[in-house]
Amino acid sequence: MTHIQLSVFLENKKGRLYDVCSALGKQGVNIRALTVAESDNFGVLRLLVKEPHAAAEWLKREGFVVNETEVVALEVDDKPGGLAKVLGAINKHHINVEYMYGFVEPLARKAIMVFRFDDPAAALTALKADHIKVITSKELGSI
Amino acid sequence: METAGRKAMDALRLKNLRKVVGYALRTPFYQARLKAAGITSPRDIRSLKDLARIPFTSKEDLRECYPNGLLAVPMSRVVRIHTSSGTTGIPTVIHHTKEDLAVWTDLVARSITATGAGKHDIFQNMMTYGMFTGGLGLHYGAERVGMTVIPMGGGNSRRQIQIMKDFGTTVLHITPSYMLHLHSLLAECKVTLKDLRLKKAYLGAEPYSEDTRRKIEKLWQIDAYNSYGLSEMNGPGVAFECEHKNGMHVWEDVYCVEVIDQRTGAALEDGREGEVVFTNLLREATPLLRYRTRDVAAILKGACPCGRTHRRLARIAGRTDDMMIINGVNIYPSQIEAVIMQVPEVGNNYQIILEKSGSLDSLTVKVEISSGMFKGDLAQIDRLKERIKDNLRASIIISPRVELHEPGSLPVFEGKAKRVVDDRAKL
Repeated sequence: MTHIQLSVFLENKKGRLYDVCSALGKQGVNIRALTVAESDNFGVLRLLVKEPHAAAEWLKREGFVVNETEVVALEVDDKPGGLAKVLGAINKHHINVEYMYGFVEPLARKAIMVFRFDDPAAALTALKADHIKVITSKELGSI
Repeated sequence: METAGRKAMDALRLKNLRKVVGYALRTPFYQARLKAAGITSPRDIRSLKDLARIPFTSKEDLRECYPNGLLAVPMSRVVRIHTSSGTTGIPTVIHHTKEDLAVWTDLVARSITATGAGKHDIFQNMMTYGMFTGGLGLHYGAERVGMTVIPMGGGNSRRQIQIMKDFGTTVLHITPSYMLHLHSLLAECKVTLKDLRLKKAYLGAEPYSEDTRRKIEKLWQIDAYNSYGLSEMNGPGVAFECEHKNGMHVWEDVYCVEVIDQRTGAALEDGREGEVVFTNLLREATPLLRYRTRDVAAILKGACPCGRTHRRLARIAGRTDDMMIINGVNIYPSQIEAVIMQVPEVGNNYQIILEKSGSLDSLTVKVEISSGMFKGDLAQIDRLKERIKDNLRASIIISPRVELHEPGSLPVFEGKAKRVVDDRAKL
């Protein structure tokens, strides 16, 4: 089970992040998770939203450079050592992580980590074997 | 005339050179200049070789003669005035008699015909009308050919696209930078290439690289022809590419073209790059002898497969005014363009920024990425930036800073593009 993350190329210019968020807001798109990776004069905004294809099309029409990227979301116990357990499994199977980011779900005392693997399919098979819970799109939508 | 032999052409050129020297001698400016060179009558021009005895005319000369100092006929015979934009100071003025305009119109018509276009074509002219010669020059030439002319002028991009679609425009006259910009608006206007009937574009008014031409041809699925002209020599129609698109035929029955070493003024042989110098053989109101254009190019060696005997001018490499001296190295903006337009991930616009950092010059090249190339990966963008930087360093020696920008974020120009921002002088 993989998810589609929106990656948006943004040049480092005042108000550009606001432009994306306000464009999504206008279209009634709720942002589930967000992170920014930055370089010299630009950054890449990574977003999880409910209907990624429609949101990507909308952003493209609004003039943004958008890529739909396949990511995997894993459940992590929100307690010391929770993330280490998941990363241990990833390590054991020699799965390469390009980047990751997380968000916490306070009520369920769970955290969700979003991973970009170089080979998502192989990663999923390995993680299932180690009983790491993979978040489905239904679950992601209900957060 | 287009396939005339050298001998017949030279006989005609000599006759016309004498005529234009006669007109020039009516102005106090040329009377003094030519007298100092021992020429007081058209009869002093005995062969075409005597052209070399005539001193050069510079842009400064034209400015000093502002507004009417070079006028060789009574003002009552003048039917139109064109001036340069004058962005760098006093404008240069060119007066035209009715006969002058007829010559110009014929040359533009000849140029259009040489590209294979004709009266069945729908011609949309996106060059600015008015004092700028790109608008009216092509307009009257296209009418002479019998094309259906849509005199849009510059700007108003969405309407341009709508008109192209509604009237089935087949030929455009446009600057290369604007042509690239228009393509980026097609999707937004919900117009695809299938909705258009475009076949050709005449690209002029600013220097651009061969890779930019190829990019435009590929994006639009058309043939793009290089056009050269300058208001001092009437405007467009001085040199134009034929169907073979391999250099611009200079219409040598009307223009004497020379390429000179810009420092010494010495004539350079065909094939060597230098400053281009023109003499307009058929102009009554404003005769200009050996006018230094400040444009840098070479005359191509060899014959064109089309059979025209008029020699070909290579793509303009730059303007002597455009040349940037960066930490002592001479660089033309066109060299930078040639490098970045070879990179497939690069979009349709770029900008060159020059600044002082301490006592050294720093060069920043801002490049728009093409939206389809982005794979969501930061490292990919960083690698692209490094690649552009390495390619530039290999070509121009200087190591630039490269900035990547979103499509549509850099300034757009509807007329001549101003791609170089030099902030060094302000410090």
